[in-house]
Amino acid sequence: MRLTLEFGGGLELLLKESVKLHQVDVTQKSGEDKVTMRDLLSWVKGNLIKERPEMFIKGDSVRPGVLVLINDCDWELCGNLDAELEEKDMIVFISTLHGG
Amino acid sequence: MAAQVIRTDGATSDWIHGEIQRLKLEKEQLENRISALESQLHTSTSSSPVAKIEENSSCSITDGSTFCANGSSANALSAEMIYRYSRQLLLPDFGVEGQRKLSQSRVLVIGAGGLGSPVAMYLASCGVGCIGIVDGDTVELNNLHRQIIHTEAYVGKPKVQSAAAACHAINSSVKVVEHQGLLHPSNALKIVNQYDVVVDATDNLPSRYMISDCCVVLQKPLVSGAALGLEGQLTVYNHKGSPCYRCLFPTPPPSAACQRCSDSGVLGVVPGVIGCMQALEAIKIAADVGEPLSGRMLLFDALSARIRIVKLRGRSSACTICGENSSFTKEEFERFDYENFTQSPMSDRTRPKLSLLPESARITIKEYKEVLDKSERHTLLDVRPVHQFKITSLPNSVNIPLTDLEKELPKLGSMLNDSSLYVICRRGNTSQTAVQLLHQKGFFSAKDIIGGLESWAQEIDPKFPIY
Ligand SMILES: [Zn+2]
Repeated sequence: MRLTLEFGGGLELLLKESVKLHQVDVTQKSGEDKVTMRDLLSWVKGNLIKERPEMFIKGDSVRPGVLVLINDCDWELCGNLDAELEEKDMIVFISTLHGG
Repeated sequence: MAAQVIRTDGATSDWIHGEIQRLKLEKEQLENRISALESQLHTSTSSSPVAKIEENSSCSITDGSTFCANGSSANALSAEMIYRYSRQLLLPDFGVEGQRKLSQSRVLVIGAGGLGSPVAMYLASCGVGCIGIVDGDTVELNNLHRQIIHTEAYVGKPKVQSAAAACHAINSSVKVVEHQGLLHPSNALKIVNQYDVVVDATDNLPSRYMISDCCVVLQKPLVSGAALGLEGQLTVYNHKGSPCYRCLFPTPPPSAACQRCSDSGVLGVVPGVIGCMQALEAIKIAADVGEPLSGRMLLFDALSARIRIVKLRGRSSACTICGENSSFTKEEFERFDYENFTQSPMSDRTRPKLSLLPESARITIKEYKEVLDKSERHTLLDVRPVHQFKITSLPNSVNIPLTDLEKELPKLGSMLNDSSLYVICRRGNTSQTAVQLLHQKGFFSAKDIIGGLESWAQEIDPKFPIY
């Protein structure tokens, strides 16, 4: 499944070469015909995160202070970890900023 | 162009008399204002760490002085107001009604820094009735690249004083209240309660939780902006069904995720952009026009020139502060320890110094200077990131950033050749982590230089650049 991922608010620093935008192909787990946010998070952790994974993941979800957006919509409105993803979805992970 | 025509024919002498009367009245008001400020100067010289509210500086705007005394209706704008605000009065969506509401509104700007600068300037210029400004800091030269309300003449002076003077220089008809000092749970209720709209232009996590909680308790809309590096974020909390900060972030992030402008850097125009939009949202709410950015968040990425506006969750019924079953009271708010809750300080000045190492593994900057003076054979390892090393460094220091240290250990080993090893960074925190790692990897002679390059500049060479 082809997805576009974007990391911001400093989360990109945890990835290889600090790139914000990623076009990725995520494969469904065997026997499953869908990809959920839960699957995507473990895929990101295994394939994109280069350092300090605890700054991205806590338990089976994202760490506190990270907003997750599926097609520009808060994932809380789409089912959180159980949200089912579709081809060409855009998922944004953004760390909240406090500076000023 | 908008040149004012001076009519000199006899038929308009009445008009001239009227104008003279009006100007005299204005002059009197200005003189009153000057003497009030002069007396404030004499009474507020003792600076307390927490903002005090002066009894004569409450944000009441009921004197009606901004309205025309002899106009056809009590709500009519004065001639001066019509002229000053003509370009926004011409907007059908804003108009006289918007201006009238704006001039009767009271907006609190918390933080007179990178975000608060454009906020306060635009609120003053557009004619908000009363602007309160809270800040406990003084103006520093390294603020001026982004905190555009301040000027060189105010370096060393309180930011609220500088900001209030700038607002007055722009528009002497708006009331500006100076709340000198840090906003704290003990004074926040009393200050915030005097205003209709609150703008969070602070730079730290505990203040953001505190201000949001305070706005929930007092039922005030909160225009919240943040900027760091080349990114900015903006939303309106606690307004028209939108969530509060705690609905979105019930648990604070780990303190390692709380970067500051003084550590990570910020391009001045980025908080400028977000601050301008905060002013816009505050004006929209105060004048009751348009659609506020509540329930939505604006994400700004300056480097790629991208703006994204996303839909947020609504108010959470389970929220411990604004939820249905919340019993969060004013008393609890006043007792809440926000710095402990977030494990993060409200002010840069109260940042705790890291202490990871035994004394035997550390030396002072003066002791290091003696090492240099005696020409003792040694290696000076600078563990800051490469881009910081490029800003300034001590001669003969070797740069291996902490993030690369582990994989560069063989190189370091061959360089050392039994000489002693001193480790330095900007302020003496990263260097301690580095020395800890070096000890674990067998480099037992590694010693941390306490206070880093900042103490070199303070104690040894005052000409050494500080950033
Ligand atoms: Zn809430």
